[in-house]
This record gives sequence, structure tokens and C-alpha cells, in this order.
Amino acid sequence: MTQVSTVTFDGSTAIAEPVRFWTRQRKVGAGFLIAGVIAAVLFGALATDMQVRITLAETTAGSAVGIPGTVGAILFGLIAAGAGSALLAPIRRSWFAWLVGVGIVAIVLSFLCWQISQSSTGLNVMPLGNVANSTVRLALPLILGSLAGVLCERSGVINVAIEGQFLMGAFAAALVATLAASVWAGIVAAAVGGLFIAAILAVFAIKYLVDQVVLGIVLNVFALGLTGFLYEQIMARNQSTYNQPSRVPSWNIPLLEDIPLLGPALFKANVFVFGALAAVVLVHVGLTRTRWGLRTRAVGEHPTAADTVGVSVLGLRYRNVLIGGLLAGFGGAYFTLLSTTNFNKGMTSGAGFIALAALIFGRWSPIGALLAALFFGFTSALAFYLGAIGSPIPSQFLNMLPYLATIIAVAGLVGRVRAPAADGKPYVKG
Amino acid sequence: MSEGHDAQPEYLASSPDKEPAERTEVAEEAATQARLDARNRAQATDQAAGTEPAAAQPSTFAARFLRALWSANTVTVTVLAIALAMVLGAILIIVSDANVRRTYSYFFTRPSDALTASWNKVADAYANLFKGAIVDPEALAGAFNGTVRWERVFYPISETLSYTAPLAFTGLAFAVAFRGGLFNIGVQGQAIMGAIAAGLVGFLLPLPVGVHLLVALLAAALAGGLYGYVPGILKARTGAHEVITTIMLNYVALFFLSWLIVQEGIQAAGRTDAISEAVHPSAELPRLLAPVGQSLRVHLGIVLAVLVVWGVAWLLGRSTFGFELRAVGLNPEASRTAGMNVARTYAMVMAVAGALAGLGGATILLGTAFALTGAVVGSAGFDGLLVGLLGRAKPWGVLLAALLFGALRAGGNQLQVGSGISLELVSVLQALIVVFVAAPALVAAIFRLRPAQAGGLETGMAKGW
Repeated sequence: MTQVSTVTFDGSTAIAEPVRFWTRQRKVGAGFLIAGVIAAVLFGALATDMQVRITLAETTAGSAVGIPGTVGAILFGLIAAGAGSALLAPIRRSWFAWLVGVGIVAIVLSFLCWQISQSSTGLNVMPLGNVANSTVRLALPLILGSLAGVLCERSGVINVAIEGQFLMGAFAAALVATLAASVWAGIVAAAVGGLFIAAILAVFAIKYLVDQVVLGIVLNVFALGLTGFLYEQIMARNQSTYNQPSRVPSWNIPLLEDIPLLGPALFKANVFVFGALAAVVLVHVGLTRTRWGLRTRAVGEHPTAADTVGVSVLGLRYRNVLIGGLLAGFGGAYFTLLSTTNFNKGMTSGAGFIALAALIFGRWSPIGALLAALFFGFTSALAFYLGAIGSPIPSQFLNMLPYLATIIAVAGLVGRVRAPAADGKPYVKG
Repeated sequence: MSEGHDAQPEYLASSPDKEPAERTEVAEEAATQARLDARNRAQATDQAAGTEPAAAQPSTFAARFLRALWSANTVTVTVLAIALAMVLGAILIIVSDANVRRTYSYFFTRPSDALTASWNKVADAYANLFKGAIVDPEALAGAFNGTVRWERVFYPISETLSYTAPLAFTGLAFAVAFRGGLFNIGVQGQAIMGAIAAGLVGFLLPLPVGVHLLVALLAAALAGGLYGYVPGILKARTGAHEVITTIMLNYVALFFLSWLIVQEGIQAAGRTDAISEAVHPSAELPRLLAPVGQSLRVHLGIVLAVLVVWGVAWLLGRSTFGFELRAVGLNPEASRTAGMNVARTYAMVMAVAGALAGLGGATILLGTAFALTGAVVGSAGFDGLLVGLLGRAKPWGVLLAALLFGALRAGGNQLQVGSGISLELVSVLQALIVVFVAAPALVAAIFRLRPAQAGGLETGMAKGW
């Protein structure tokens, strides 16, 4: 971006665009420097001398790493400031991501030292196993939703209707799982519910060429209204017959579940954990290693070229949008079969949009989407944890955390990303 | 195909964009049948080229009108979209009603039961929708006889108009951004911020009558504008997509509101539930029909809405800012090349949109709600998106769409009370209407409309992220 335009008129005068001092790297660095110093001063002053203990276990008992609150808050604040000043210096490009990572972790730790040290005795422990577990659980719908987005958008159809697919999935899962008295029937119904919204999306976007963002917004309202209407007309009048699904069973893997940190996160699991991880692997391998993946990417980047070599552009788009609908619907079942066991109006509360943000934050790749979803899951888990230890921050502000983190991630860290070239552009043959 | 082709021979007028081979074929065919009268010949070309018979071009005004009526123009598509949505809504009503469903279990033995039950249920529901939105015929007749007070006759219209006012503002908030090439999904959050600002001014500042209302409205516009400016500047500076940032800001605003209304000095004295103090009477929007009856809630907000629609129409159509806004919306690259500051325009567009949404929130608070609660804005912000889309992002169109949605909302209350059908049906109807309006090709195919310049949702761009 900096040294692109060198225009030569007569071979002697080359006009180079001046390299700006305030590159994005330096801006981010200055941000971390200021934030780190503020953290050191503010959190250091607010924290108490209580030992802050961090354990790997799921409970507050057990061996732990400890540090006095004030010392920790100041120390980690200064580390963040250090990472920031390193970013200001002319460093290698590859260091950027690492330093940003160090900066974020240090600021979070500094903040935690304050929060944990001021909580009452006995609660000043952070059980990382527990946090890891809730991080993965809260990230589950986001992973599945953003994978649905990956499938749609890599083939060139913008999917803003993930929220609507979640809602239809959650509703269908609750209804069918209760009627059939089987969570598995509920999960199948959830996938069909997601498919229903995806089918509308596909037909209107691909056949009738409706602006896809507009369509997604309207479909979300449609799904919200439809599930709300059916909920009030059918479910709310007879909750025990229509809206009392059981929870999906836990599948704990012996031995593996005892691994610190990873055990509670991944192996004290259920169908959603394994399903989401399997879906990430399948979509990643499928996109990068198979003929279908190559064709999907071709259709998303340059549909005309793909069409020229005989790929059915519209057929592939239909197929991918529908598969995405199945995945997002499955993700919707999480809300009624795992996180709670009943359906409520608008219960997804924006998770579909956070999944969309995870998709963009993860740069339209399955692995990136997974990591981004875990990041957002962590912010939600943190909000829960801080509420549990009696943080002085009002709960309403803690609840803002995932949403604010999404804004900061999309605006501050991700920079200008490049979507698949044909994303959102309907393909008309000829 | 329109009257412009009248002077040409039919076979040329039939299909200028078909392949030449087909056209010569048509021409030959037409030439061999030169003895036939114009009508037959036109039919022949019609069959060959698969288009409208040119010779059937009507000449009288009435015929032209009828012909235009059944073409895929904006008005026809909108009306048919509403009809389609009502049909689907009727199916939902039937499916969701346990008693009607029961009659379908023996459909093949006695179909008349099922059909009668369905018809009665649906007719009752839509009759209630009409009575709640426009006028109750019984009340009207009673009023002429002197047995019913006029208040009851005007009540539905008053309700419709008091729901219309905030929707017109929130619809404009979406439409203005849409014309500037931005999807403002944050109308809800901006409206919440506007309502908060109006409320704080309304019950914390002791100001004289007149000034108080003005200050409250200005504060609402300012708060909404600032809240809209944030995603605008983020988009301009960092490229963060406004769909994501505005949606996230909606939730932030909602949580902020729920925190604010339980704070000391703001929460209503002596109340334990989450509700703020009520605004002083000097900050309320005056009621227009108060002399007729106290239950008529229609207030000055509807007049303000019409004035603001006029103002926005001027802004978009006649001002330099409006020109830049539309240019950036149609093609940001070309606008940049032409020397416009695209980043600044984005930020300003979002600020203006936010200010409009803030006014919408203020209309609710100062016109009907008077005290802040967690759900004070209701779904006015989200409905604003649909209103803006249905109005095809044109100010006067937005006003008409707001009127329709306001009527549906007011009728929905009667639907819930009178027929026991959930108010949510109205959101389903609204979403369906907009889906069909957004896809004029579908409506034209279902009703076999003649092709015409359909007033679709012209975004003017193939939008990606």
C-alpha cells in the first residue's frame, strides 16, 4: 500500500508516494502503549494485595499459580505497554500478530488481576479448566453459524440470515424433540428448519437476484416473526406438550477428559462439540483438498471463468447455501437442546450476527472462523466468570462485553479484509 | 414494449433484442400473411417472438390505464405483494389454530366443515385487523345514530397514526443510509439512544413549555446522530462493515438502557421494577385530537414526521450533500475520482440517519410512552428497516410504507384482542410483504404481469462486503 505508485516520465524523475509514518502497525502500537500504561496505573491502583490464583482445574481447589493483585496488574500493564512500544519500532512484519497477541493477553490479565483481587476471599481464583469449558460451549453455535457463512460466501452468496436460521433451528428442535421425545429427532428437525430459511435465501438470491444483504435482513425479521407467532399460538399455551425438550446427553471420553485444560474443554463433550469440530475439519479439507472445494472457490471468485470450464455456477451455489442451512440449523439446536431446554422468543439474541462477525474476523476460512468463534466465546465466558466472582462492574456492562469485543475485533484488529471476489454478486449467464 | 413503437411495423416492434434469425423468420411470416388484418398478424408475431402483441396497443385512456395496471409497475407489485402476504398469513392462521386443525382431521369425510371453519377464522382475523387499523363500521353507523361516541370511530385511525410517526422516522433513518450505500441496521440502537436523551431532558431539566419539547427533540437527534456517527466513522476509517458494527451497537444500547433505568435518580421513585421517571408535561408532544376524546393518542409527532419527510426529500433531491450522498451510494470509486470525500460522506450519512432514528425514539417517548422502560422503543427500529425497504428508500414512499405498517400494527392489537391471534403475525406479514416487493420478478411470474419497469429495490450497486 505504501510504495506502489512510482511513475516514470522520462526515466529520470521517479515520483514515489511518501511513506506515511502512522502506519496501521504504529497506530495499533500506540494504542497498546497507551492502554498498557492506563491499565498499569488504573488497575494497579484499584487492585488489592490479595493473592490472585490461577488454576488449571475446573474447581477453585488444587495447585495454582499466584501473584499479588497489585503487582500483577502493574506488571501485565507494563508488558502490554512494552508490546505496544515494540510495535512502534521498525520490526519485522511477521512479529506483528505475535505482539498484538501478547498485548491483548497482557491487558486482559492486568484487568483480571484487579477483578480477581478485589473479590471476596475464596473467590479470588480463576479456574482455567472451567473457563475453557464454557468458552468452547459458548462458541459452539458461533462455530457452526460461521461455517454456514463460509460455505455460502465462498461460493458467492452473502448470508446475513444466520440469525434467522438459528431461530428456526432452535424452534424446530424444541418442538420436535418434545413431540417425539427424542433429542435426535429434534436435531434433525433443527437442520431442516435451517434448511427452510436457506432455501428461501437461495431461491430469492440466486433465481430472483434480490440484493442479498437486504434479503438476509428481511429473512431474519421473517424468522423472528414466524417463530414468535408459532411460539405464542402453539407453545406458550401448552408448554409441557410442545416446549419441554430434554438436554442432549454428555459424552465424556475416559482418560482424555482428565487432560488439564483441553480435557474439560473438548472431551467432556456432547454431540455439538464433536459435530462442530468435525464440521470445521470437513469444511476445511473439503475446501482445500477436493474437487468440490476448488469449484466452490472458483465460483466465489470468478463465476464466469468457472462457468466457461463447465462448472454449474448456480447449481453449486444452491447446494452450498442449502448445506450451510443444515449446519446453521444444527447450530440453532444448541440453544434449545443444550444451553437451555425450552424455546423463547428471540432467544438467540444476536448470536447469528456474532457468527457473521466471526466469519469476517476469520477471513472466510474455516480455521479462522473457528478461532474467531473461540475468541468471542471466551469474551462471553469471561463475562460469566466476572459475574460469578461478584465484579463491581454492573452486569449490564459485562453483558456488553462480547458485542464490544466484536466491534473492536472487526474495526481495530482485522483491518481491511478481502471477501471472495464475487461475494454478493448474483450470476447471470451470458 | 411501450407506445413508442406505435409507428413501426409490428414485426419490428415485436422484439428488438431477439436474435436476428428469429426476427427475419418473424418478418417472413408477417410478409406472407400480409392479407390478414393487423390483429391476426400481431398475434402471429406474438406467438413467434413470445412477447406482447404490439397491435393490441390500446389507444383510449381507459384501455391504456388497464394495460398499465396489470404490468409489473411499482404500485401493482406492492399491492399484489400485500395480497400474497395476506394469503400466506391466512395459511399460518389456519395451521396454528387447534380448533380449525381438528376439522382437517376428517377433511375427506366432511370437507365443508374444514373450509367453513378456516374461512370463518381467517375472515374474522382480517376483519379485526381492518377494524383496529382504519374504522369499525358498526361504530361508524352508531356514531351517525348518536348511540356511539365519535371517539370510538376515530380511535383506530388515531392508533394507526401514532404508530406511523416513529416508523416514518426510523424508516427514513434506514432509507437515507441506504441511498448512501450503507446498511443501517443500527436504527434500533440509535432510536434507543434518542429515547434516552429525550427522556433525560424530559424529566431532569425543568424548562418552560415549548422550549422543553424543542430541547428534548434536539437532544434526541444529537444522541442518535452521535450513535450513528460511530459506525460511520469506523466504516470510513477502518473499513469495518456497518452491518456488523451497527448490530452490535444495538445490543450495547439495549444493555445501557437496562442499566440506566435502575439507577438512583432515574428510576421512578417508589418503584422496584425497571421504569424511569415520567417526562414533565411540558416536554410531551401535544395530542391533536384531545378535544374529541382522551383515548385518542395521535400526537404532534405525525405532523413532525411529514415535515421531516419533506425535509429529507429536499435534502436528498436538491442539496449538495444529497447529491454527494447518492453519488457515493451509486458508485463510491467514481465519486472519489470526481473529488468527493467518500469517508466523510459515509460518516455524515450515518450521523444524519442516526439523528432521524433518534427523533423516532423521541417520538415514542414524548408522544406515547412518557417513561423509559427496557422495551420502550419496542421493535420500531427493526420495523424501520422494513419500512425503508418497502418505501424503496424514497422519502414519500417511506411515509406511505410507515402508514401501512402503522395500520398493520394498530390492527394487530385488535387482532390479538378480538381474534386471539398473536400480534407476531403482523411481523410475519410485514416481512413477507417486503420479501415479495424485493423480488418483483416473482410477483410478476405468479400473477403473469406484463413486463414493465418494476420499481424494485435499486441499490445501484452489486454489493459485496
